[in-house]
Amino acid sequence: MLDKLFAAPADTLHQLVQIGSAADSSLFVTIMKTFSSWAVPVLIFLIIILGWYKKVKVYETFIEGAKDGFNVAVKIIPYLVAILVAIGMFRASGAMDVFVALLSPLTNLIGMPAETLPVAIMRPLSGSGALGIVTELMKQHGPDSFIGRLASTMWGSSETTFYVVAVYFGSVGIRRVRHSIAAGLIGDTVGLVMAVIICRLVFG
Amino acid sequence: MNYIWLGLMVIALVVGAINGRIDAVTKAAVDNAAAAVEIALGLIGIMTLWLGIMKIAEKGGIIRILSRAIRPLARFLFPTIPSDHPAIGAMLMNLIANWLGLGNAATPLGLKAMEELQKLNKSTDTATNDMATFLALNTATICLIPMTVIAVRAQLGSANPFEIISTTILASTCATIAGVTAVKLLQRLPSIKKSDPNHQENISPSKEEGHHVG
Repeated sequence: MLDKLFAAPADTLHQLVQIGSAADSSLFVTIMKTFSSWAVPVLIFLIIILGWYKKVKVYETFIEGAKDGFNVAVKIIPYLVAILVAIGMFRASGAMDVFVALLSPLTNLIGMPAETLPVAIMRPLSGSGALGIVTELMKQHGPDSFIGRLASTMWGSSETTFYVVAVYFGSVGIRRVRHSIAAGLIGDTVGLVMAVIICRLVFG
Repeated sequence: MNYIWLGLMVIALVVGAINGRIDAVTKAAVDNAAAAVEIALGLIGIMTLWLGIMKIAEKGGIIRILSRAIRPLARFLFPTIPSDHPAIGAMLMNLIANWLGLGNAATPLGLKAMEELQKLNKSTDTATNDMATFLALNTATICLIPMTVIAVRAQLGSANPFEIISTTILASTCATIAGVTAVKLLQRLPSIKKSDPNHQENISPSKEEGHHVG
């Protein structure tokens, strides 16, 4: 059903991604890698030079800002302990299997292979946990299998929402996060579902 | 967050007990508590460095320049933040660090942005709409090159470890759009609106008593 719905844009998308993939391994990656390794030093250089040009006392100002570093790091400890302990216990309990069983009828509808469902559930909870599952899947099925490619795409296309929420809000003492978790999880879900649809169109 | 945390803990304890893995659950609790502190302490150095650099950036005006550069987009995403406020520049730097996969710099820059956003917050413990939007942008962030997973693919002998870049960028773009749409729609819900610390009715003292949030 979904295939028919996406049949028209599928060709265009396929071609677009093919073009993208062809460039992937060569130019694009070289540019991005160079950019990544130069970004931090260039940024620091520009900030300091511009500060000096604007007659900012750079050393004194650095110290003034830097003295908060310790406090911020210490401030996030309770938030981080709370969320990481809960996630760790959840993983160790084997509750993942229960969730996989509950959600698999839903994910079958969009054509997500059952093997990749644990990646989807683990991704917002723990980046390294999800990477472990992805690695395991690629060992079993091969990195260039559909499952391997899909799992890789899923890993890259969403974030560890719970960690980010705990750390970011923790640093400023926010306890009532309101709709941020819901919005973050909606973003994650759409990312994961789109990963399935896009991978089926491109690699399927 | 209350229900999610409660849910995770209760499910873990109940399912762990049924599965006979209660020892593993206990061990995970202890280990992860220690790991959390290690992560936080590990942030001290990089945090201190970036907060120092960012202070220079703030005083030298580079953050203000960045803020002005993305004014139209910022006005749409964060309508209540003045367009040359340092919060905008700090958020932009965090998002760029995320796009480039500079994980080390991204967290301190994000926390700096949160500090700036908190200055615009009338409450000490409740998130503003702008914070929620920033978090949505951040949790559904577009990573241009997911190097970690590419490295694993290469190690496992993939013929083209990079072929997932385009699919990843496409999927995460959708995730970002969905996250921002969700945050903008959710904040219109009456219950979410009511808990907004910067909402007019919530800050006017005359109505505060009859209008308890929470």
